Amino acid sequence: MRKLLLCPPDYYGIEYEINPWMSRARGADTPLVQAQWRGLHEKLLSLGCDVHLVPPKPKLPDMVFTANAGLTVGKKFIPSNFRHKERAAEAPLFADWMEKDGYEIVWLPEDQFFEGEGDALFVGDTLFCGYKFRTDVSAHRAVADILQCLVISVELVDPRFYHIDTCFCPLTDGGAVWFPAAFDEYGQRTIRDHVPNLIDVVEEEAAHFSCNAVVLDQEIVLPEGAPILMKSLGERGYRCHPLPMSEFLKAGGACKCLTMFLPQRESASSF
Amino acid sequence: MRTSGNWAVEILPDKRVGAGPAPRFNWRGSVPWLGSPMPSETIELRGHIIDSLILPKVLDQIIARGGTFKIGEIKIGENRTDQSFARIEVTAPSADALDELILRLRQHGAEVMEKRSIQLAASPADGVYPQGFYVTTNQQTFVQLEDREIEVEPALMDSAIVVDRAAKKATATKFYSVKKGMEVVVGHHGIRVVPLQRSTARADVFEFMASNVSIEKPKTAVIREMAREFKRARDEKGKILVVAGPAIVHTGAAEHFEKLIKWGFVNLLFAGNALAAHDIENALFGTSLGVYLEEGSLADEGTQNHMRAINAVRGAGGIRQAVASGLLKSGIMYTCVQNGVDFVLAGSIRDDGPLPDVITDAVEAQKAMRAKIGGVTIAMMMGTMLHSIAVGNLLPATVKTLCVDINPGVVTKLTDRGSFQAVGLVTDIEPFLRELTDCMEANR
Repeated sequence: MRKLLLCPPDYYGIEYEINPWMSRARGADTPLVQAQWRGLHEKLLSLGCDVHLVPPKPKLPDMVFTANAGLTVGKKFIPSNFRHKERAAEAPLFADWMEKDGYEIVWLPEDQFFEGEGDALFVGDTLFCGYKFRTDVSAHRAVADILQCLVISVELVDPRFYHIDTCFCPLTDGGAVWFPAAFDEYGQRTIRDHVPNLIDVVEEEAAHFSCNAVVLDQEIVLPEGAPILMKSLGERGYRCHPLPMSEFLKAGGACKCLTMFLPQRESASSF
Repeated sequence: MRTSGNWAVEILPDKRVGAGPAPRFNWRGSVPWLGSPMPSETIELRGHIIDSLILPKVLDQIIARGGTFKIGEIKIGENRTDQSFARIEVTAPSADALDELILRLRQHGAEVMEKRSIQLAASPADGVYPQGFYVTTNQQTFVQLEDREIEVEPALMDSAIVVDRAAKKATATKFYSVKKGMEVVVGHHGIRVVPLQRSTARADVFEFMASNVSIEKPKTAVIREMAREFKRARDEKGKILVVAGPAIVHTGAAEHFEKLIKWGFVNLLFAGNALAAHDIENALFGTSLGVYLEEGSLADEGTQNHMRAINAVRGAGGIRQAVASGLLKSGIMYTCVQNGVDFVLAGSIRDDGPLPDVITDAVEAQKAMRAKIGGVTIAMMMGTMLHSIAVGNLLPATVKTLCVDINPGVVTKLTDRGSFQAVGLVTDIEPFLRELTDCMEANR
């Protein structure tokens, strides 16, 4: 049973603009927010997940995106160092919760920006990390030191896809779903070199955050609006669960951003 | 008498001096003492930079933005979880370009190394360097003195660097000029040597002469290109130095050389006693080593002629005086005096005479030559091994150096002794100079 961490969207809203999706002129519809989040929560429960909730805090609207809180491997939790001051106050709240839940908290140096699982996803025992918009490549090095694993750093070049989890989604079979144009040519080459069985997502579906999916063995929970991708995944034997995510897309997030794995991986090594 | 020359273009090895990319001779390279230094920074990259293609990306970006790099150290992780490391010296065309480049490289994790200052030690006695002194090369060199980088002047090989902290000056200094208590650079910290830039322009005469196929090139094309380079140097107010041996006179090439002097292609002449003695012998008696240059026949008691020539000049008080008094009316030395071409004659043990102008103290001769080589852009060395090597040792690597000799070993020796930038032409001097002057006459 996968253990997950979510945060109820009680204080969620578009209160600042820190990515191209956000516009304070285009606020979130609160009842719809609640309904969409509940839809995700219930879906994950129905798929047999052990879902934990971190209490939301006023004035931290993006706390709902728990994937950005940090990276959990085994019993270690590496909290994020958010690039934007608007989100910085989230980090100690998540660290407190994780510590109470029995995790060892390993902070990165303050000057290295890192946005957790949003920019760090395992494919097998290799950790793929995005950099430039939110996370510094120097933080990748520090994470590699802490976890003693191979960290592949890839540069993100499209500001709409500012975290790696918005354009890259590892699958259970060792492959991945991705939107290649979100990476620079070196990043694309690196991913092609290291990840077999890639499924390319077309731009229109990538723009619906189709890559921002929660993969639970053969079950994939993803935002609706990706018929081509769902067909490809179906042919690979995955069962897709599309959910409406329009209100979270307004902040540049969807299913995966709203979910953190506890842990993402049991161990960084292959043993 | 004209010698039918056996022409060949000597192939020189592409020598490496120190670490980094092999310096290539660039005929159109920067002018010594006038060229502006290329700013540089040292960066370090760490992490899984090979698997992530960060290292190739960084190197590509340096090149794409007009910079160059030199990998000082690289360690590649053995196991998949091991991180790799690279220390890279990045050079850009200007300080602004370097700042912008470094800013971009930082995004990919490059950390800029703090520049280490040089270490200094006092000279223990006059003429003695302190232990562990840094030995200079003939390449452009900079030292980091606290927070600023200063150029070592001149670019002189086989010297130590004396630093005047108050004046913020660093000077390549020979043994005989160092005084007790002077501060000298020791160790290797804070020293940056700038290799000759690799030319990205069309391969010119010196580019292809250094290539493996140069033997196949037509000699006429080579000389034509050289003539153009001399013309360019003269027109751009560069200084042309000629180092010449007496073979110029023996082979009957003096008349061509005199034309080069008259046309303004020679600004400075370094030679020994013999060139001047045989040139003056020829001017006064029509012989060189007793042989009539017009006919190739031996003069009666001709072997005494050079002694009589030397005596005449000694009687006049020197070469300039001999010209002024009307004693000397032709020849290379006469043409030099008449055209205001400065010369230094350096003596050796076997010299007859010598002529009063010859400096017989080797250290004084070296000082006199060093005092005059500032601003030299082209050095042409013809028919003299020892003078070529001696002068080669005084020249910065940026001086375009051409060595013409019938003996291929001369060029090899010159390059083996540090003047790696020299390119060679193996031929008799007379046909070489004849063809060179023909080319120059055509477009002077």
